[in-house]
Amino acid sequence: MSSSLISPQFEVLRDENKCIQCKVCVKQCANEVHSYDEEDNVVRANDAKCVNCHRCVVLCPTKALKIRKNSLEFRENANWSGQAIDEIYRQAETGGMLLSSMGNPKNFPIYWDKMLLNASQVTNPSIDPLREPMETKVMIGRKPEKLEYDKDGKLVTEMPPQIELNMPIMFSAMSYGSISKNAHESLARAAENLGILYNTGEGGLHKDFYKYGKNTIVQVASGRFGVHVGYLNAGVAVEIKIGQGAKPGIGGHLPGIKVGEDVSATRMIPVGSDAISPAPHHDIYSIEDLRQLIFSLKEATNYQKPVFVKIAAVHNVSAIASGIARAGADAIVIDGFRGGTGAAPTRVRDNVGIPIELALASVDQRLRDEGIRNSISIICAGSIRNSADIVKAIALGADAVYIASAALIAIGCHMCHSCSTGKCNWGIATQDPDLVKRLNPDIAYQRLVNLLNAWDHEIKEMLGGMGINAIDSLRGNRLMLRGVGLNKKELEILGIKHAGE
Amino acid sequence: MKKVYAFEKNCLGCGLCEVYCKTAHSKSKDIIKTYKKENIQSAIVVEEILSPKTKTYFALQCRHCSDPKCVKACISGAMYKDETGIVRNIKEKCVGCLSCVLVCPFGAVKKSTEKKIVSKCDLCIETGGNPACVQNCPNNALKLMDEEEVK
Repeated sequence: MSSSLISPQFEVLRDENKCIQCKVCVKQCANEVHSYDEEDNVVRANDAKCVNCHRCVVLCPTKALKIRKNSLEFRENANWSGQAIDEIYRQAETGGMLLSSMGNPKNFPIYWDKMLLNASQVTNPSIDPLREPMETKVMIGRKPEKLEYDKDGKLVTEMPPQIELNMPIMFSAMSYGSISKNAHESLARAAENLGILYNTGEGGLHKDFYKYGKNTIVQVASGRFGVHVGYLNAGVAVEIKIGQGAKPGIGGHLPGIKVGEDVSATRMIPVGSDAISPAPHHDIYSIEDLRQLIFSLKEATNYQKPVFVKIAAVHNVSAIASGIARAGADAIVIDGFRGGTGAAPTRVRDNVGIPIELALASVDQRLRDEGIRNSISIICAGSIRNSADIVKAIALGADAVYIASAALIAIGCHMCHSCSTGKCNWGIATQDPDLVKRLNPDIAYQRLVNLLNAWDHEIKEMLGGMGINAIDSLRGNRLMLRGVGLNKKELEILGIKHAGE
Repeated sequence: MKKVYAFEKNCLGCGLCEVYCKTAHSKSKDIIKTYKKENIQSAIVVEEILSPKTKTYFALQCRHCSDPKCVKACISGAMYKDETGIVRNIKEKCVGCLSCVLVCPFGAVKKSTEKKIVSKCDLCIETGGNPACVQNCPNNALKLMDEEEVK
């Protein structure tokens, strides 16, 4: 066998003055980076195996460890970066596609950071949310054209099913299989505590989680794993997943090694078999086909549950969204190209799809221009990083946002982009029981609750600053946004003015 | 009385409880100095059980039995159960005969590595009764609880 040309990506730096040979790092690293040499009484590291997940760094009681980007440099070259060279070595050795996890890390513009919010001064007073009531509750679902009342003032219009969220935030789809049972439990319990929803992803619903039904969105994806009538009726909404921001046009593949007994029972597939979700739904080749599936699901759930349709943000997203609204969906989820994933081909993750900010603005505008904006809720997904992103998304026209990467970071994810290896040292993206128990749902759910409560406070604070006391008054209110450093076309698509205008 | 209970389903086997137990019972109270200059036996030890599918860990220390065998076996009167129910060992009286080590049904009394005496969990009573292992467990696998609370 010839030797590998790949150099380690990271260096593990151990301060020998601080290391006490307690071996916590040795016991905690699932990648087997650290090892103890009994003869010399030292702990050593194999840099090549390190993915920079910080598990050892966080748990080291004396803080003796640091991980650094490998300082080994290739000859400087603006075109052939170290990464570009390294990827060629990798593919030349394996003959396979490059796989990556989490969202697009490339240096594309982040429009959230190029938009600024307004605040009231003198002529329209700002509101102090600590002293005055402030509403961040939202209703997701199709809204009727008009409301009709009888002579006693009772509503006669039949309302389509609506979902009430205490804050405009939900946990995005992550399947049981791609993430651990403890991670799912944490999300479900947090959603219940916060009065919001979490999403099962396409892996079905574990029997232990039916009790969180009031806070669950059940997903139907192209693999139809774990879908049966009980499942469809277990949640409060059904989501049809057409696409995912991290890998538009690509299906999914859960390796057989992650399909243990529990995952197998939940997905309704044999133990150890690969769970492959096709790229398209084989029964959807047109908007009319999509309408059939939407109404099949509505029929199966007795027209009691809103049906969401999730698509990746791609070039013609506004036309597709219009079709989805007309197909009868109650909500459309648009997932931007920075959205996370357990595994995606690197080239697809890094080169396919468009920024969520532009997609969201154009979808909202298109639906308004066509006069059908009321017929559908818009949910914005794909790397919402903080409460300011949420406020900007609502101002661009979203009804609510989905978060997933941020939620995982809250429970310990260190964004090492190695979910696909199944060796998540934080017990999140793994099915190894030894690793899964590292995530204690009692701790993790509280961290999620803390994060979202903090964001809710911040949203209220920013709303108050703008002189607005309800999130509904901000929706699509693009006058509250100004762009900085954006060109005319970008401002036009976002439908906002430049700062100073 | 409150004792330390270990919950296997959350125990990672990382061994941080041992590190902090040793430090809490050291003279310096400094982790690095404890390890480099003092030689202390941890009163809590992570046990590993190899079951067919997965490894199970749990941290074991003195159960502060209601009818402690170690107290009965002690030949020098060093081991006693105090008024709060904590089983304690008076270092000055201990002669290191190891009778308590022999009779402890849990193997929770250890031979000290410092001198010819034994060492066991004192629930950190000398440092405020807030056990260091419980304080520093990264996954809440150790809890200080009443027997009723556990049930």
